[in-house]
Formats: sequence, structure tokens, C-alpha cells
Amino acid sequence: MTARIGVITFPGSLDDRDAQRAVRVAGAEPVALWHGSHDLEGVDAVILPGGFSYGDYLRAGAIAAHAPIMAEVAAASAKGMPVLGICNGFQMLVEAHLLPGGLIRNAHQQFIRRDQKLRVENASTAWTNAFTVGEEIVIPLKNADGGYIADDETLRRIEGEGLVAFRYLGVNPNGSLNDIAGITNEHGNVLGLMPHPEHAVEPGFGPATPAAMRSGIDGLRFFQSAVSALVGQAA
Amino acid sequence: MPTIVVDVMPKAELLDPQGKAVTGSLARLGHGAFQNVRIGKRIELTVEGEVTDEVLAEAKTIADEILSNGVIEDVVNIGVVE
Repeated sequence: MTARIGVITFPGSLDDRDAQRAVRVAGAEPVALWHGSHDLEGVDAVILPGGFSYGDYLRAGAIAAHAPIMAEVAAASAKGMPVLGICNGFQMLVEAHLLPGGLIRNAHQQFIRRDQKLRVENASTAWTNAFTVGEEIVIPLKNADGGYIADDETLRRIEGEGLVAFRYLGVNPNGSLNDIAGITNEHGNVLGLMPHPEHAVEPGFGPATPAAMRSGIDGLRFFQSAVSALVGQAA
Repeated sequence: MPTIVVDVMPKAELLDPQGKAVTGSLARLGHGAFQNVRIGKRIELTVEGEVTDEVLAEAKTIADEILSNGVIEDVVNIGVVE
């Protein structure tokens, strides 16, 4: 069985096609979904891609969090369907209360784009099971509203429950509390992260590595993780 | 037509990078009297007919659920202007 992974396009999404290609490279079938629809078309997992949905008006991800299809995403995620929110998608997940905390303007007040080193903190989610805890990876980061914040109690809870999935290493690019780059929900099926794994899935297009320019493909394992989680579920 | 005004501010304890950037530029321009700047937003909801208690209650609901994000912002004022 080939896993079918939906990628929702919102007005202003930019990385939807990259996410679709990443799904294909990982061996699954990408399914293009539309924000205004109420139909998930029977997909096995969903990706909320990066970009500037609805122009990021009101707040990044705020209007998208109330898009028609998000009601279906919320219902399916509550039943355990894997959902990955990348950058603007992460902002949608916190605005939709599918993940705790919030994302604010970068502390330095500027858009930033860099190849970002991360440490894997949780390798037992639907999107991170191909990693090992403590592993260091590099994937691109590009955002203006990437500062992760939560109140003290929430922060203590997500740290205590191991919900921090990735931490920035070397540089904290946006002032995120506790260097948090990505978090998961209690069930490990919903993951949100600011950096972009879909831009690091093919040699020739990813971050530079010591081996060669643009050869980094650390992002691929996010999508392979979902594929193996879904295949494992079916077996 | 009456308009309901909703004022939203970043939470007081939270870093407001936008306000911080303006604070810095004011100091550079010699306006040293202003120690701190915080920037929020004003949202105007125009209503057809009169603002009943029901309409105002609805405005309060959307102010909390859509217009602001309680994790990072506070609704500091909801008022009616004619």
C-alpha cells in the first residue's frame, strides 16, 4: 500500500509544491488539497506547508487556522492522523490550538534565512521516528515570525512531557524560548516546526555539508518517518 | 454607522520586537523622553443598525477567539464609536 499524504494549499502558500515533491521522494503519493474544501480525500496524513497564508494578515497563520478544511484536520488529528506543520503551517497549528504556545515576530525584527543546525529531542513521533535522540541535523530555516513562546506553566509541561521535538543548535535564530524549533502534541502525531525539511530532500538542492555543496538531505527522514508510521499502522 | 473598536496589544510580559525597534530609533533620533514603545493593533468592526448587547457579546467572542491570540496578546479594550 502506498501511503497518501495530503498537502493543503492556502492562498499565499509558497512551499506546497516542495512539500508534495518531498512526499513523492520519500515514496508516498502526494495529494493536493484545497483550504476552502471540507474534504481530506481519504488521505493518511496531512502537511500544512510554509508560506504566508492569507497574507499573514491579523497574525501569521491566524486566518488559515479557521479555514474550512482545518475543521477536518482537527477532527482527523484527534483520531491520530499524522499532521505536520512547517513554518506557516506551525503557526496555523498553534493558532488552531492543535499545539501549545504561540509564535511571535523574530526577536531581531528581521526575516532570516539560513541553513540551521538542530538537535533531535524526540524521535518517537510520526514525523521523527527515523531520527535518533541527540542527533544533529541541518535543514534550511526562513521566517519572520519564528519566535516560540509559551507561558511558564505550559513551558514546564511541554519540557516535562518531552514534547519539545527539535532545538536550535549553535544559533538561536529568532529568540525562541528554550531554543525550541519544533514541538509535538501528547500523542506524537502532530508536529510543528519552523525550519523547512521539504527543502532538504534531494542532493543538489539542500544545505551544504562538509562532503559537498547542497548535498544535505536531512529533511527526507521527516517524510520517511511518516511513511513508515503509516505502513506500520496498516500492517 | 456604529463601529465597534477592538484594541489588541502584545502581552505586557512578552518581548514586543516591533516596539523595541521603534524605541531604539526614537533614542537615536534624540527623542530620549520616550523610554518604551509597545505596538498593538486597532480593529474596527462596522455594524449595520444599532449595537445591541447581543452584537457586542458576539464582538467580544470574536475578539477573544479570532482577532487576538490569548497566548501572545491581550484584548485591552472593546468600545463603540458612532
